[in-house]
Amino acid sequence: MNDIFFIAIAIVALLTLFAALRLAIGPTAPDRVVALDTINTLVVGAMILLAAYLGQTIFVDVAIVYALLSFLGTIAISKYIGGEL
Amino acid sequence: MGSDGALPLHEGGCLPVIRFLATAIAAFVAYLFLTAGSGTIILWSESELIIGCILSVIVGIASYRTFCRSGSVRMANPLRLILLPIYAIIPLFIEMARANIDVAIRVITGNVKPGIVRVDTGMKTELGMLILANSITLTPGTLSVDVDDTTRELYVHLINVPDELREKKVVDARELFSIFNIPGWIRRIAE
Amino acid sequence: MIGTAAMICLGIGLLFNILGVIGILRFPDVYTRLHAETKMTTFGTIFLSLGVILYAGGMLIQTDDTQYLTLAIHTTIAVIALAFTNATGSHAIARAAHKSGQRPDPSVVDRLAEVKGK
Repeated sequence: MNDIFFIAIAIVALLTLFAALRLAIGPTAPDRVVALDTINTLVVGAMILLAAYLGQTIFVDVAIVYALLSFLGTIAISKYIGGEL
Repeated sequence: MGSDGALPLHEGGCLPVIRFLATAIAAFVAYLFLTAGSGTIILWSESELIIGCILSVIVGIASYRTFCRSGSVRMANPLRLILLPIYAIIPLFIEMARANIDVAIRVITGNVKPGIVRVDTGMKTELGMLILANSITLTPGTLSVDVDDTTRELYVHLINVPDELREKKVVDARELFSIFNIPGWIRRIAE
Repeated sequence: MIGTAAMICLGIGLLFNILGVIGILRFPDVYTRLHAETKMTTFGTIFLSLGVILYAGGMLIQTDDTQYLTLAIHTTIAVIALAFTNATGSHAIARAAHKSGQRPDPSVVDRLAEVKGK
């Protein structure tokens, strides 16, 4: 089971790189925010998998806080792009 | 979603004490979930319970104005609280799976016909609008873009606009979903 | 038995995550990319977490260690937080994109632009 978790973490990490590709080439600012949001979601998933892989529950707590904080970041950037800030 | 220009909703409502109690109890339940498995009193240790009580009182004082903003404690009704997870697990999840398979096929084939339509929700409360907008975003190839606070209409981006929806000025929310009556469920939960 | 179910969930989750990332690289404009992002990666991560929850449940039955109960409950909370914040966040991005003047590029109908009169 542990090997499978490791493979899953590796695949999710690779996907983060591909999402970062869109972050680099995205022609407009909203595209980049979309890519950033994707990376955030994938990192939360990877953290949950890491918690199971390493047997450290504290990683999931970090994932919860990361999800909420990345949400605040997304909202702040969106408000800035939309001209409300 | 700014609240200016929104319809007046149950202003006043109930006493601040009840709003404070509802907020504090919600905070305490969240704390209990986060610390489950820490000790021997059922699942919690003594110190966690005491700290949880103190913290939830502080959170309750600090945030009851925001948490119970409409001043109505409709959501404290246990039936609604039971219905909410049932809604999330059965109708929402099935619609979500269908939507995801649909979008997955579109990712592979690249066959999209996007467009923004105007949707009449028929919701009366802000909570209902919130749940409906989030459900629309998570479910059937749709994405809520903007909201009209005065008429409670949503502008929804569809990844594939069917021909019959293209001609209509205003679409009913029921027509976006196919299997379940999602707006009906939300009305039962939130109104 | 539970291990197999957890593996299947992990597989489904990885599949949807991969398709979501392909979607944000492949779709033509920001709104369709948001569709791929917000639905598919959320759904994929829900399934990944479901796999972890099943694994934790299996280990809880085997070893009777409350650490796995904590793992399962916290993962559930993380998933709820993720699903809720992702939906709201994508709504914010879509609204900001429309306000900043981006129109859905291939589009058959745009009622919002008609109303705003731009």
